[in-house]
Amino acid sequence: MLTALPDPEIEALEVKLLLEAIYDRHGYDFRDYAQASIHRRLVKQMEAEALHSLSALQDLILREPAAMERLLLSMAVHVTSMFRDPKFYVAFRGKVVPYLRTYPFIRLWHAGCSTGEEVHSMAILLQECGLDDRCRIYATDLSDGVLRRAHTGVFPLGAMKEHTENYLQAGGSRSFSEYYTARESDVIFHCLSPERAVFAQHNLVSDGSINEFNVIFCRNVMIYFNPKLQDRVHRLIYESLGHLGFLALGRKESLRFSPYESCYKEIDAQEKIYQKVG
Amino acid sequence: MLRQILSAIPRDFSLPITIVQHRGREIHDGLQLALQCNCSLPVREPEDKQPIRPGQVFLAPADYHVLVDGGRFALSTEAPVHYSRPSIDVLFETAADAFCSGVIGVILNGANRDGAQGVARIKALSGTVVVQDPATAESPVMPTAAIEATTVDKVLGPAEIGAFLTQLTQTRS
Repeated sequence: MLTALPDPEIEALEVKLLLEAIYDRHGYDFRDYAQASIHRRLVKQMEAEALHSLSALQDLILREPAAMERLLLSMAVHVTSMFRDPKFYVAFRGKVVPYLRTYPFIRLWHAGCSTGEEVHSMAILLQECGLDDRCRIYATDLSDGVLRRAHTGVFPLGAMKEHTENYLQAGGSRSFSEYYTARESDVIFHCLSPERAVFAQHNLVSDGSINEFNVIFCRNVMIYFNPKLQDRVHRLIYESLGHLGFLALGRKESLRFSPYESCYKEIDAQEKIYQKVG
Repeated sequence: MLRQILSAIPRDFSLPITIVQHRGREIHDGLQLALQCNCSLPVREPEDKQPIRPGQVFLAPADYHVLVDGGRFALSTEAPVHYSRPSIDVLFETAADAFCSGVIGVILNGANRDGAQGVARIKALSGTVVVQDPATAESPVMPTAAIEATTVDKVLGPAEIGAFLTQLTQTRS
């Protein structure tokens, strides 16, 4: 079986059946996720479970709830860093913060926050801009497992050099080490107080709007969705943004293929920051 | 190397070209501009869900994987593969799945084995694989790994690759 020629048609069918099984049995709907990337993630998980076919993975997931938890966690964890795309944070400081200064109260939503690097990065930025006492941050994700990690603000020590470089390039004005306490093999960031930040489970596929926000971050999340699901999520985002609210997408994402394109004004074309005007 | 090949590609080259070059995380347009210099086709970094069309050269952006998904590019921030993001394997494997015999994969010089699994999949699904002759490569690790991974169709020196690709597409059309 290992040396059999690959058959993309059969594999695509196995993916489809597996996603139906997951939805039917566990209620998570990945059926409109982008086909190529979810195929790869499922194969990776299949290999992690020491199995040789997606059908075998389906069998395991149907019968063992812990296997579903493991799959969910593997899908929710993204390998990223704090202040990833430093220029985004520079653009945010320069073009969005001046607007935010005019509001007495600011609500921000990190939709699909994964392990929280962006949440903690933005908390630091807002603190340096003197806005943190006016801000309420909502960070949501599908997976409870990553939310717990995001909430603790614990990151591996080995990654700190990269995080520090990014922070400085992002326009950070302090010594980065002021924001965390180092332990033996990891660090704890302490820039998010419980009264200012809410971490909660939310499913972009199926759940509705949770509030009205001044800023929504959904960066490199929708790349994992197919166009149909992207449109649905854009609708949710649009309905959750206040008038003149800001939307931040990933550097290589775009509103270009979205029906909501005309509802937004481009604030930064390179860093994909938009303002709701329609 | 890439610039040499791109300079040999004519304006009416009938297939879309996608390039994965191992690159640092830093975002700058230096690589894109350097490749554009001698290339008669526009060199662009694709956005997520961008349709794959001929008449352009697509360059994988820094710190993203590029996948082929149906007739579009799909981006990913999954973990680096062979320490690389963008990874050649990711592009080649997904291109093979999407287009099967319609894929031509080219491996040039490089310092790690990224791409070897990708060319194996291209060949398994009846595509064509061209590899730079390791003897002409500054870093022969990558082309050597590709040759060991599968039965490649051609091993060529840098000056011959562009001409071979052009001839191949003319035969097909």
